[in-house]
Amino acid sequence: MAGALINVPASARRGEIIEIKTLVSHPMETGYRRTQYGTVVPRDIIRQFVCTYNGEQIFRAEFHPAIAANPFIAFTTVATESGTIAFLWTGDNGYAVAESVKISVA
Amino acid sequence: MRPSIRIISRRDFLCAAGGIAAGFALDPAAAAESATATAMQEAIRAVVGSAQVRKGRVTLELPPLVDNGNAVSLSVRVDSPMTQADHVKAIHVFTEKNPQPNVVAFHLGPRAGRASVATRIRLADTQSVIAICELSDGTFWSDSVSVVVTLAACLEEI
Repeated sequence: MAGALINVPASARRGEIIEIKTLVSHPMETGYRRTQYGTVVPRDIIRQFVCTYNGEQIFRAEFHPAIAANPFIAFTTVATESGTIAFLWTGDNGYAVAESVKISVA
Repeated sequence: MRPSIRIISRRDFLCAAGGIAAGFALDPAAAAESATATAMQEAIRAVVGSAQVRKGRVTLELPPLVDNGNAVSLSVRVDSPMTQADHVKAIHVFTEKNPQPNVVAFHLGPRAGRASVATRIRLADTQSVIAICELSDGTFWSDSVSVVVTLAACLEEI
């Protein structure tokens, strides 16, 4: 299955603002391209990205076909407590990829 | 017996040719493949409603000259303290000449700590890109950047 790369610091001080970078493998087919025979290639994109921190949603993004292939998203959050940061990408044709990373907050 | 020869009159020929030409002109896919400034305005209205969009507070960063429109790095920062009382709720990005005006919508909150997001987008043409942010007090702020694209996205055949 498609892989995801996630860059989150393994540890942080309480209250520190950390940057989260994510990259997921997906062609993001726009639905506007044609084959050499003129038939339209059907759309196949990731529609939504959700990030939760210990179960609470901290960030959400809605994608349209204008997002480049292999969507890269970088955002920030406040390190509040040790736990799990989970990521979920969902899209066309039943696409769903979930990843999670551990963070320890001192 | 002579074979029967069907002679096409000039009128029939012109009617048929006109019909074929009209068929090409009305190809709906061809007409739909470029959004316009009006389509972008409609997409923005669908997000902001009747609220006024003011310039400022938002910084949209894109390279001014893009060699390849298939992956253009974009970052948006909003000047906001990101507290419970005053934070950025959402950041929307729109383009003028892509097939669809909407690009992406980010939803964040006070837990973001800083209103700063980055991604990579596709650009189909030399055009302007607009980022609009919604603050928790219900006001909308925007920034726009003009980008020159030499190789457009979405055009290649596969």
